[in-house]
Amino acid sequence: MMSENEEKELLASGHRMCAGCGEGTAMRAILKEAGPNSIATVATGCLEVTTTAYPQTAWEIPLIHAAFENAASVASGIEAALKQMDKKGETNILSFAGDGGTFDIGFQALSGMFERKHNVTHICLDNEAYMNTGIQRCSSTPYGASTTTSPSGKESIGEDRPKKPIARIAGAHDIPYAATATIAYIDDLKKKVNKALKADGPAFLHVFAPCPTGWRHGSDDTIELARLAVETGVFVLWEAEDGEICDIKITKKPKERKPVKEYLKKQRRFAHLTEEHIEKIQKEVDEKCEQYGF
Amino acid sequence: MGEQKGLTIQGNMATALGAKLSRPDVIPAYPITPSTLFPEKISEYIADGELDASMIRVESEHSAMSACIGASASGARACTASASQGIALMHEMLFIAAGMRLPIVMAVGNRALSAPINIWADHQDSISSRDSGWLQFYAEKNQEGLDLMILAFRIAEDERVLLPAMVGIDGFVLTHTVEGVKAPAQEDVDDFLPPYEPPHGKLDPEEPMTFGSLGTPEYYQELKYDQTQAMENTPEIIDEIFDEFEERFGREYNRITPYKCEDADIILLTMGSMSGTARAAVDEMREEGEKVGLAKLTVFRPFPGDLLKEIAGDADGLAVVDRNISPGFGGAVFAESAGTFINENRSPLMKNFIVGLGGREIFKRNFKEMYEKTKEAVEAGEVKKPVEWINMDEDVMR
Ligand SMILES: Cc1ncc(C[n+]2csc(CCOP(=O)(O)OP(=O)(O)O)c2C)c(N)n1
Ligand code: SF4
Ligand SMILES: [Mg+2]
Repeated sequence: MMSENEEKELLASGHRMCAGCGEGTAMRAILKEAGPNSIATVATGCLEVTTTAYPQTAWEIPLIHAAFENAASVASGIEAALKQMDKKGETNILSFAGDGGTFDIGFQALSGMFERKHNVTHICLDNEAYMNTGIQRCSSTPYGASTTTSPSGKESIGEDRPKKPIARIAGAHDIPYAATATIAYIDDLKKKVNKALKADGPAFLHVFAPCPTGWRHGSDDTIELARLAVETGVFVLWEAEDGEICDIKITKKPKERKPVKEYLKKQRRFAHLTEEHIEKIQKEVDEKCEQYGF
Repeated sequence: MGEQKGLTIQGNMATALGAKLSRPDVIPAYPITPSTLFPEKISEYIADGELDASMIRVESEHSAMSACIGASASGARACTASASQGIALMHEMLFIAAGMRLPIVMAVGNRALSAPINIWADHQDSISSRDSGWLQFYAEKNQEGLDLMILAFRIAEDERVLLPAMVGIDGFVLTHTVEGVKAPAQEDVDDFLPPYEPPHGKLDPEEPMTFGSLGTPEYYQELKYDQTQAMENTPEIIDEIFDEFEERFGREYNRITPYKCEDADIILLTMGSMSGTARAAVDEMREEGEKVGLAKLTVFRPFPGDLLKEIAGDADGLAVVDRNISPGFGGAVFAESAGTFINENRSPLMKNFIVGLGGREIFKRNFKEMYEKTKEAVEAGEVKKPVEWINMDEDVMR
């Protein structure tokens, strides 16, 4: 899909993300789609620390970072201020947070922003753990992943709980737009950013963004893993418009689902899993896909 | 100069009216006793078309301050109100508001902190945010609550200051007590307080800027020094603005106001609503021939050490009265006062009295007891017990 902002790079190069970071790829596409008439908030996390070290900034749009748990509340204040001061609706207001800043500590602020119907698009960059503090588990961490606070061991499979279905929970706030996306399908991601920003009210975008440092995969495998997550059914791409969370539309349906093993074996965070564990994960993915209708 | 309108209102209505006259753009707020009437009044003003502002009914105080930060960084005049647990919950964001130099104003209904849970007057809530980088004002009466709100916006937004400010009114004693106040005319407040224009830029797509950067060890200390300098330059600016306010509106404000201090041997140092009772006690003791005075603290941050030295430097004894306690040392005003005199050749002997915690009433006799105890120390030439708790109930202690 072409857009008028295609030429402008709004996240300057020279930021300090690790090589092959999925967040970087996602951000370039998202900001290009949003364009320069945008204001962003960002929660504490990898994206913030790697792009805002004083006196430099990688951001070509106005940005404010306040704390870890409140990107959506800060964005609420910006939106209210802009509305009050008569700049009606032309400026996109984006609220960025990691999975930790969205699923866990930032959830209350996010729910409040949705409920109050601020015209803000919250984008969660999901790398499935607290990466900025060194790969601790979060409610986004998938079953079986070894992290520094859910290490695998003689008595432990690693993370022993399933991932929280955040986008469905977000959609259940009856917001006009909720969707999932990933960096292997940039056109799909951009289309969703566009819809989210055009929505009349709050929108939520869950962006799956592999992290070579935390998942312990090759930095050239980032896009491949994002694709495999979709092709195996581990991460399902969908959108729900006009609050129709019970009527979600699958936006990428793999013709033939690949076995999850192909996805898992490329990441050392899953290296300890036995065939039995993998079978269990496969079964859970099968059940989830059936729920989603494929 | 328009006429000032006489009203008989509760303290929360006075701070809400002060806020309304200051024409805020965005008011994110969350209810908590004893400051709840503030967001209620603001909602009413908006509902009745008396105030053109956006009220955000946030889901917590943490989000109230976060939204104030977002709004203020966007160039809006932002304010809120809170108390006690609410201020504790937004503690993290108080530092961030100050660090970003955002002139947000908060009305505080001063209340004790849990546990045990207690909704009554106490300064612990705002005192516990002493180090957050906010200016702190404390009112003796509702009139001061109203005026200090307007003054807080004007001082906070001054280009030489750019720091957030809180205005404390004691829970129930003021928040819920009806008193007569004079409300300045809107056009006069408009004249005194022009619309807020952030001097160093705002969140604006035309001129993109990053707020809230990562400050590495190479920069953090200098940035904090800068922020601290702004606070340290503030006393003169506060004096200047207090003077201008007096000229325009006829009411005098001082960072510390002395009362019968010129020839006083012993001075009581108080803050908030207790100052009225203390003044009455001073009058009675004066009639009995005691050479006692009162110094009322209106500005706690920046701490007016310069004025305290002028007022109490020649006294024999200073009785510092604190409605807060830092376990392991004493009251905060005492610590600041002691620090003020540390390098002086001459200092009054100092005693600290902890009173009125969790809404415990403070009587004239309590101030007389503090005076007597300070006098004893002065006569003995030494302070045996620097910190004493006053008006304790022996039965409860048993
Ligand atoms: C109140 C608070 N608690 C903890 C932290 C420490 N902290 C900073 S970033 C972070 C993890 C961020 O994780 P996530 O949101 O998933 O973003 P990521 O770094 O993984 O992109 C944590 C725990 C903090 N800054 N503030
Ligand atoms: S730790 Fe992961 S998310 Fe963070 S910068 Fe590195 S690759 Fe990106
Ligand atoms: Mg993360």
